[in-house]
Amino acid sequence: MPRIIKDGQLVDDRWIVLRRGELGELPPCADDDDVIVPLDAWLADPAFWSDRPGRCGVWLAPDADLGPAGALVAGLPLLAVDFPVFTDGRGYSIGRLLRERYNFDGELRAIGDVGRDQLQLLWQVGFNAFVIKAGQDVAQSLAGLDCFSEHYQGNYRDPQPLFKRSRPAT
Amino acid sequence: MYRYDEVDARLVRERVEQFRDQTRRFLAGELTEDEFRPLRLMNGLYVQRHAPMLRIAIPYGLLSSAQLRTLADVARRYDRGYGHFTTRQNMQLNWPELAQVPEILAELAEVEMHAIQTSGNCIRNTTTDPYAGVAADEILDPRPWCELIRQWSTFHPEFTFLPRKFKIAVSGSVADRAATQVHDVGLWARRNDEGEIGFTVLVGGGLGRTPMIGEVVRDFLPARHLLTYLDAILRVYNRYGRRDNKYKARIKILVKALTVPGFAAKVEEEWSHLKDGPATLEAGDAERFAGYFSAPAYAKPDASAQEELERTLGAERAFARWFERNVHAQRQAGYYTVTLSLKKTGTPPGDITSEQMEAAADWADRFAHGQLRVSHEQNLLLADIGAGDLFAVWQLAREQGFATPNIGLVTDVICCPGGDFCSLANAKSIPVAEAIQRRLDDLDYLHDLGEISLNMSGCMNACGHHHIGNIGILGVDKNGEEWYQVTLGGSQGNHAALGRVIGPSVARERVPEVVASVLATYVELRHADEAFIDVVRRVGIDPFKEKIYAPHH
Repeated sequence: MPRIIKDGQLVDDRWIVLRRGELGELPPCADDDDVIVPLDAWLADPAFWSDRPGRCGVWLAPDADLGPAGALVAGLPLLAVDFPVFTDGRGYSIGRLLRERYNFDGELRAIGDVGRDQLQLLWQVGFNAFVIKAGQDVAQSLAGLDCFSEHYQGNYRDPQPLFKRSRPAT
Repeated sequence: MYRYDEVDARLVRERVEQFRDQTRRFLAGELTEDEFRPLRLMNGLYVQRHAPMLRIAIPYGLLSSAQLRTLADVARRYDRGYGHFTTRQNMQLNWPELAQVPEILAELAEVEMHAIQTSGNCIRNTTTDPYAGVAADEILDPRPWCELIRQWSTFHPEFTFLPRKFKIAVSGSVADRAATQVHDVGLWARRNDEGEIGFTVLVGGGLGRTPMIGEVVRDFLPARHLLTYLDAILRVYNRYGRRDNKYKARIKILVKALTVPGFAAKVEEEWSHLKDGPATLEAGDAERFAGYFSAPAYAKPDASAQEELERTLGAERAFARWFERNVHAQRQAGYYTVTLSLKKTGTPPGDITSEQMEAAADWADRFAHGQLRVSHEQNLLLADIGAGDLFAVWQLAREQGFATPNIGLVTDVICCPGGDFCSLANAKSIPVAEAIQRRLDDLDYLHDLGEISLNMSGCMNACGHHHIGNIGILGVDKNGEEWYQVTLGGSQGNHAALGRVIGPSVARERVPEVVASVLATYVELRHADEAFIDVVRRVGIDPFKEKIYAPHH
């Protein structure tokens, strides 16, 4: 079973990401598979996905429009954001918006081109699960979560910027 | 100046270790070139023509003497004994070895320096007015605000992978000396009718391939809201800026596509959720940051020193000329800011040797409270020099080749490293700058010409800010040969403008002659003491064009 990083630990993972094929079709899956489906597929028929025996999460592309969708998906157990290349930073804003504006409190997972050098930043904006890309060692990637022991600006994990926290008591 | 506390120091050390590990993984083949490139760029490391180029951050252009000594030492031991000040107030080393870069960074960390975010598609070093704290027309001291922005932008988790680089400039004065109109975000201090301090927020300025003057997105932003408003701008840019074409990825293209009101509305909408959040400044916050930049104890003006200065100025013509061009009176009576010119003919503009760095550091200790400033015009400044010390500073500066009396004159060329070093360049810039300086080496003529900015870039990325030079020169590639396009009428400051191309590009050897012809035309056309830029604004570019492209007989 594949291993991922979740809440700072290595864990086995049974979720399957469904990506559309060239003709727009979804790959087949068993009824009891836990699946992460594209946002549009879920929006087209939420009842179908929630009535299956397996669990269902949704993955968002970096250009996802959170408009009405954000509130609709916020009740799901798992949301994933896709990083087609690690230099595409849109997913960081999406993560933060899902957590801070839509109050999503389920598992927020980074998928795609995700490696150890991005983990701490992703964690700070609200991601708590990371599927490390092929070619990088998952266990070694854990070290990427704590390169820095402090942060200047407020973030999802700690909304107070350093200059507020280090202010001398009055 | 701002001194690191334990947390700042720890974060820089942790960045050194992180980069050391990234370099190790790259050299061991665990990271591909494509994976390593964005990581090294975010730490200021380019791969250039001859060797890597390391760009070291000088936050808002402020340096301590200890920092400058370390730069001198690093340049001597790891490079070839010199460094280059850039138009964004940073320093570049042109010849370090990749494997040694982590060691260089570790040494820099010892004096509170680093290369964090000096390149890459992230928020870069914030730049400001080199006369901060001493300018007569200052509304607020920009340095505390720059430091707040430095902290906010350093390792910002949401904005580390932007569509493209992002540059912020802050001006605290009535006169904009920070080129706020040609930055992705320009913050221009002002006071509203109630006397409250804030900023006019300009967005979408920038040079490069598609030069644009920034647009006012918010006329008055109360200063306490600065950071949440910046978060809103950056979030809109991060989400909606183009990523499909790197030449259309700067925020200016997004502002253009959405229109200014459309962009402003999106920012306001985002800000409505962020406003009054935890990063909003509360009573005492701004004051605490201001305290890091508290003024030295200025002595009462010394009347006898002032008289002595007047007398020396009357007696020593060369000193008087230097005083006129390279010395600025401060708002603190009896104190002056001296510009050490890095524009001596024969030396690449902005270049400084290790020996010069050490000398300047010594003078900073002796005369200027141990501090120096780098200007975006690529010179080095010493502030707070007492009237009685000016003559001594001039003599020392002369010994080190720092006293060329040309600040603001046409030979005070702003220039990128160009084709001699940079792998992006289409053409060389340094030898062309030198050829122009040689052609114009008559000091009397130069002083008669008065203030003229000449900016030169070796390619359209415009590191030499050619668009905003009164005279701009751009290196272009023409069938594998280096040619140069000339623009006139560009300017920085309150009435920033982009220069207009005067005609077909010219061969390298013709550039000095073209510049000389532009200047001769100016002298013919000017009324009394009318400045060059005013003449170009009055008569347009045609008279210059006619002169330059007239058929030769």
